[in-house]
Amino acid sequence: METRTLSRDSILAAIRQNLPQQRVDRPRIPAFPSPDRPLRSRFEERLTKAGATAHTVGSPAEAAATVTALYPSAKVVCSAVPEVTGTRRAEDIHDPHELADVDVGVMRAQFGVAESGAVWLTQEDLIVNALAFLSQHLIVLLDPHEIVSDMHEAYRRVRLGDTAYGCFVMGPSATADIEATLVHGAQGPRSLHVFFLPRP
Amino acid sequence: MSRKQPIDVAARAEVFIRQDHIHEPMHDGFLWAARQRRDAEAAAVPEWEELRELGSQIKEHALTHLDEYLTQFEANATKRGAQVHWARDAAEHNEIVYAILQDRGVTALIKSKSMLQEECGMPAFLERRGIKVTESDLGERIQQLDGQPPSHIVFPAIHKTRKDVAQLFARTIGTDPHNDDPHVLTEAMRNNARPRFLAAGAGMTGANFAVAETGTFVVCTNEGNADIGASVPPLHIASIGIEKIIPRVEDLGVFLRLLARSGAGSPLTQYSSHFTGPRKGGELHIVLVDNGRSQRLGMADFWHSLKCIRCGACMNTCPAYRRGGGLAYGATYSGPIGVILDPTFDDYKYSELPFHSTLCGSCSAVCPVKIDISDQIYKWRRVMANKGYLSLAKRLSFAIAGHVFTHPEEYQALQKAAAPALDHAPRFLLYNRTLNPWGREREIPQLAKQTFREWYLAHRRAHGNQNTES
Repeated sequence: METRTLSRDSILAAIRQNLPQQRVDRPRIPAFPSPDRPLRSRFEERLTKAGATAHTVGSPAEAAATVTALYPSAKVVCSAVPEVTGTRRAEDIHDPHELADVDVGVMRAQFGVAESGAVWLTQEDLIVNALAFLSQHLIVLLDPHEIVSDMHEAYRRVRLGDTAYGCFVMGPSATADIEATLVHGAQGPRSLHVFFLPRP
Repeated sequence: MSRKQPIDVAARAEVFIRQDHIHEPMHDGFLWAARQRRDAEAAAVPEWEELRELGSQIKEHALTHLDEYLTQFEANATKRGAQVHWARDAAEHNEIVYAILQDRGVTALIKSKSMLQEECGMPAFLERRGIKVTESDLGERIQQLDGQPPSHIVFPAIHKTRKDVAQLFARTIGTDPHNDDPHVLTEAMRNNARPRFLAAGAGMTGANFAVAETGTFVVCTNEGNADIGASVPPLHIASIGIEKIIPRVEDLGVFLRLLARSGAGSPLTQYSSHFTGPRKGGELHIVLVDNGRSQRLGMADFWHSLKCIRCGACMNTCPAYRRGGGLAYGATYSGPIGVILDPTFDDYKYSELPFHSTLCGSCSAVCPVKIDISDQIYKWRRVMANKGYLSLAKRLSFAIAGHVFTHPEEYQALQKAAAPALDHAPRFLLYNRTLNPWGREREIPQLAKQTFREWYLAHRRAHGNQNTES
């Protein structure tokens, strides 16, 4: 512990000694006007570009039926939401390794961001964070009224003080590391579907 | 006591260019396409230039108050249950990481891409101590299997063709050497990596931003590989350079809008993950690393380089980088940003890098936080000259040019003499590899029959304006 304090103090001392003479003020971030187009269509357009698909489902029953229709051969559907029962409940998971065999993970996002098609998921929404990454495919429920325009608005909504983990997820896992060719399902989910379904 | 020779970036670039007729044009094309996607995304955001200015100012503010924000970050991260460590240099960083792993008996580690951990030489350090390190980013894993450092900040293996990767994977993970479909290769790596993810005792990440206000750090990836490392093993260690600090959560709105648009031309990376203290049931360590950054802060001409958010835009746009590839720089950081960062680690070793530039200024024009990259490249040239690091060829030509340009009569005489001389100059002299590497791959343009000065004087005379110099 003594070395830790020593290093800390010496780094801070070096910084103070080397701080540029001119202290720069913190700028005020203004509110930027958002485009005229409806949030939902902007969101859907970006979501599609990011490699995901949007569905409108009228009820929890329709949501469950759509999961089955999309992934008829799925053996393990792990759900973190009351609307879809699945074959396994996220609340019952004690160790993230138990999620290694999940075919479809189901969760609800707090809100979406129109300018990117991303959704905000936190530790509380996922129950087990690894659900969003070890599942082969993801179903994300989103209330269509919960879409913000841009990242400025998004950061006014997130509460980083209240959650240990939060992630803007924009479509499925992707890579373009081999000859800049886009491939989905790099290490994380191979596909992502957003179901528009109002919160109960 | 002989010193190692400086990295001969021109010779290394030549190796890349001359290997065949495939790699260089492909590399050039991919990166220019990324630059064009960046332009399209930037043009679609009306406040783009305002965001760049804000990004620049927030970074300058944070850096000129760095001590306050670092301690604030430490206090808030600690309050949330993270353990914060401080490392003065690469060696201390590596020792801290090793001690944490050793304490918990960790023998296998998965890491996502971190330029800082590269800078510290951490993977090799841990491997020597018996810890199995697996890169989880596809491009980075390709480079690891090939025993090469990343050649680009965000596209680590962009200098390789699909055939290169197919052969590498055939050799290292047993795939079909003749199947070079990127989908198949990516799938093969996914299946190879997954058991390692599940068996790892720890996950390591870097960080793109660290927020003083909440003690949060943000990691941006496209594969979700950082998140697997952070969410599956019980232990997460993050290495964060001290310059990554920003004051407030709202600042993230500015930087996340800039980052992926600038580097890859997409509105965000697929995953923008926010870690504030350990996850439920997990343990989180943060190592704050100086490694020369506090010294750089005191360099009047160069401290703005600390504003860098590692987007890769300057690489994508740089004509020298696009043609010569990232491995030519022989350093952790390549491209224009590498040219101005690397000499702060070793000015002699990297003394040739500032000359690997046309000073066209494109890097400064696309930088999302408005770093004066090309001006700094020019200033580094001056530093190298003052330190006596220039090669003989450069010293001779600069000395002659310096003399001629300060003596107009000699300039004019030389100009008259040079034109016919060039017509008759033997090619072996003009395109001499050592004296004039720029002559390679280029032809000298046809010289005008009349010099500008001759034209100017004649023109003025013809218009009866005599009040020019005689």
